[in-house]
Amino acid sequence: MVTEELSARQLRDRIAAGQITSVEAAEAVFKRIEELEPVIGAYISTYHDRALETAADVDRRLIAGEPVGRLAGVPVAVKDNMCTTFGATTCASKILENFHAPYNATVVEKLLAADAVIVGKTNMDEFAMGSSTENSGLKQTVNPWDTTRVPGGSSGGSAAAVAARLCFAALGSDTGGSIRQPAGFCGVVGLKPTYGRVSRFGLVAYGSSLDQIGPVTRTVADSALMMNVIAGHDPADSTSVDEAAAPVCDYLEKLNEPLKKLKIAIVPEFGAGADEQVQKAMTEAIDVYKKLGAQIVEIDMPHLDYAIAAYYIIATAEASSNLARYDGVHYGHRSEKATDYVEVYSKSRAEAFGKEVKRRIMLGTYALSSGYYDAYYLKALKVRNLIRGDFTSAFEKCDCIMMPVSPTVAFKIGEKIDDPLQMYLSDIYTIAANLAGVPGISVPCGFDQNNLPIGLQILAPAFAEDKLLAIARMFEKETDWHTKMPAIIT
Amino acid sequence: MSELQHKVIVGLEIHVQLCTKSKMFCGCAAEFGAEPNSRVCPVCLGMPGVLPVMNKQAFEYAVLVGLALNCRIAAFTKWDRKSYYYPDLPKNYQISQYDLPLSTNGYIEIPLESGRTKKVRITRAHLEEDAGKNLHTAGDFSQVDLNRTGTPLLEIVTEPDMSSGAEVRALAAELQRMVRFLGVSEADMQKGHMRFEPNINLVITKDGRQYKTPIVEIKNLNSFRALERSVDYEEQRQLDEFLETGEVMEMGNKTTRGWDDEREVTVLQREKEEAHDYRYFPEPDLVPVELTDAWLEEIRGRLCELPIKKQIRFVEQYKLSDYDAGVLTADRSTAEFFDEVVKAGGDPKRACNWVTQDGLRLAKERGCRVDELGISPQQVAELTNMIVMGDVSATAATAISDIMVTSPDLSARRIAEEHNLIQKSDADELEAIVDQVIAANPNAVEDVTSGGKKSKKARGFLLGQVMQKTRGQANPKVVSEILAKKLG
Repeated sequence: MVTEELSARQLRDRIAAGQITSVEAAEAVFKRIEELEPVIGAYISTYHDRALETAADVDRRLIAGEPVGRLAGVPVAVKDNMCTTFGATTCASKILENFHAPYNATVVEKLLAADAVIVGKTNMDEFAMGSSTENSGLKQTVNPWDTTRVPGGSSGGSAAAVAARLCFAALGSDTGGSIRQPAGFCGVVGLKPTYGRVSRFGLVAYGSSLDQIGPVTRTVADSALMMNVIAGHDPADSTSVDEAAAPVCDYLEKLNEPLKKLKIAIVPEFGAGADEQVQKAMTEAIDVYKKLGAQIVEIDMPHLDYAIAAYYIIATAEASSNLARYDGVHYGHRSEKATDYVEVYSKSRAEAFGKEVKRRIMLGTYALSSGYYDAYYLKALKVRNLIRGDFTSAFEKCDCIMMPVSPTVAFKIGEKIDDPLQMYLSDIYTIAANLAGVPGISVPCGFDQNNLPIGLQILAPAFAEDKLLAIARMFEKETDWHTKMPAIIT
Repeated sequence: MSELQHKVIVGLEIHVQLCTKSKMFCGCAAEFGAEPNSRVCPVCLGMPGVLPVMNKQAFEYAVLVGLALNCRIAAFTKWDRKSYYYPDLPKNYQISQYDLPLSTNGYIEIPLESGRTKKVRITRAHLEEDAGKNLHTAGDFSQVDLNRTGTPLLEIVTEPDMSSGAEVRALAAELQRMVRFLGVSEADMQKGHMRFEPNINLVITKDGRQYKTPIVEIKNLNSFRALERSVDYEEQRQLDEFLETGEVMEMGNKTTRGWDDEREVTVLQREKEEAHDYRYFPEPDLVPVELTDAWLEEIRGRLCELPIKKQIRFVEQYKLSDYDAGVLTADRSTAEFFDEVVKAGGDPKRACNWVTQDGLRLAKERGCRVDELGISPQQVAELTNMIVMGDVSATAATAISDIMVTSPDLSARRIAEEHNLIQKSDADELEAIVDQVIAANPNAVEDVTSGGKKSKKARGFLLGQVMQKTRGQANPKVVSEILAKKLG
């Protein structure tokens, strides 16, 4: 039977063993979507018929004894900023509301090759700009743990879908915390791999030097399973790393290798701004590791305080350029009021971009303008290098760094929407990993007094995803936070 | 009246389209003339989510040109985005190179009319992607053809070292010949493979004081003629304007003009140089290119002797005229074929005549290159020596060449023999024939010996009679000598 306790890996194994059919799994998911999606709003589009066809094909091949992929029959969701040849790829923006991509993103190709059943495309902050999914130009997603609260963002749809069991695993993208923070808010696992570990080809760019695709899952093992499918060099992405230099390994196989003499670093100065309950959960999480024999070292990372400032210059600068192509000329929304080509640009963009996207385009354009470039963009790059240096020296003293995912638990819908600076600050702990390019994971580590999930963030050296997942798994084995389910589904 | 002198100063910006198989950052064919929007893919269309991948061949071609231009080649070079909105630029930014171009500080040697050469400094040469084309042929609408979008372009910038329209043209022609020699561009003007943007102003000396006129940039010239004429036109126009207004160069008064090919005038396009802000920043989707010494040397190995060097060598080594050397070096295969003929022992002057006349004529007839005629340099060398030795006449050599093309296995001598084209140069044999002719034509002999007005014509008549008797095989030079000996 397809139960809500099942993880993606367990489901896969049972399908492979013939205990559950792939069609049963897909039907169970669509039944739940029918019941809960009107409340949760995790999906921009769902593909019932297509998913059932894929599932039936997997079942047929299993019966015929034909080989199947690593995710055979597992219903998964894809954030709507990854291109698919089926359905639209909207980035939750009105400007791409009816955009149908002529090609599949590399990660989508990989999911299809692994025989995953793609259930739908998930909601997000428009062009992945935001921390609450409230910036979606198309719909509202709520937190399954409390439907008056945000699911986090920008991969809020993916996190909510996984938490509400509207799929077994999902892909998100993380530019400044957009996988880890919503995973934390929704009580699921979110992994941002090392920059260059997963191909970005087909991921609609926000901040190209920061964007990275990663899994949102119920368990650490499921993240490892997803990584086994999506990681690796892609000749179509020059920034994806050569596997000769940084080999991809079997992340599942290495998962249960406990790390002896584990050295965990904490950054006391930096974590201090978090809410009391978040801090308490952190301390308890660290204690779990202590009991497992880990050694805790306190380190200083002096430049982390400047991460948000540097991020909002680099990311917006890149975004201002990346989003220039949405001009109404070649595809996407075109204003009907334009009378010449300059108006095609200005009116199409004015009509279809949301407020936050416009804000970031303006910020980035300003930062790159002549006369300001050195003071903003160039300086931000310098800060970025200093932050990279902070991580390099930190990892000389430890195996991983732990800190909260976010200073608060999921906040109320509307609470921060009119205060962009407050919203930006909710990424304070996650942004540095993107600037440094290192991998980070968010794992459930407790609840506050309102039964809202709290996430523990673990950061590891570049390309040490195997180690990072194993460290996260050590915690998961000792705790049962990941087994808790939002009331809405039970 | 006041003393007034002026000098025109020109720098050039040149875009050369490289003839790679595929585009700069995607796998689409880089072809000219295909159905609009048929050579496109999500990458060059700038679709959401796509990423560029550098074309290694384009990079190597660019390095090769950099080396030929005597530039410093950067061991580390990166890509930048240049932002501007235009419908033929689907990403609304162009991937280019800004502060770390792949080559800098070089020079090109150009031939001057005096027969000497001049060095023009090259500021930089960098790679970038071309934009598409806006077509304004559909009534109220403009259409966009993106076939050209993303084809590799080499932008070459010179220092303002040229001082006439003729020099600017010479540079353009030399560069065309160079990139063709290197095999990196077809450099076909009509297909827009080379586009020029000269920056022009004057230094005027008046009453012992110097004035510089405002700089004018002429956009998008795609013929040598337009390039030369527009510079010449600007020279006069700026002089006239200075005399009228006295305006001199200052910050922000650079203007942009276009060339009206029909009226042969430049036309103002942009009054003041707009404060262009291209918001350059490093392209995050591409990794910087590190050019290792080994890689650079491998590319250097593909350099050939440059056309200007060949031309100079042909004049010095083979005593050819500058004009002939120029014709030979217009094209690499022709120049190299000529070189091979001489190396095979051919007479340089005769070899030059053969290549530039029979060779190029036959090649044109067959629509191929001289080295593709199936005639070997050895055959030509033999033929030239037969001409020198007087064994065949120039007329016969042409006939032999025509036969050689269809019978490439036969030597020149064998063809000459089989077709009775060997010239009779045996003095004794010819003397007997001359004697017969003299005996048969006393009137003409009289005309010659009397030395009057008719002498020259009569001499020609007698020569003709000898040629007729030998069915054209007599060496006219030998016959003339015998006639001179006998008749004075």
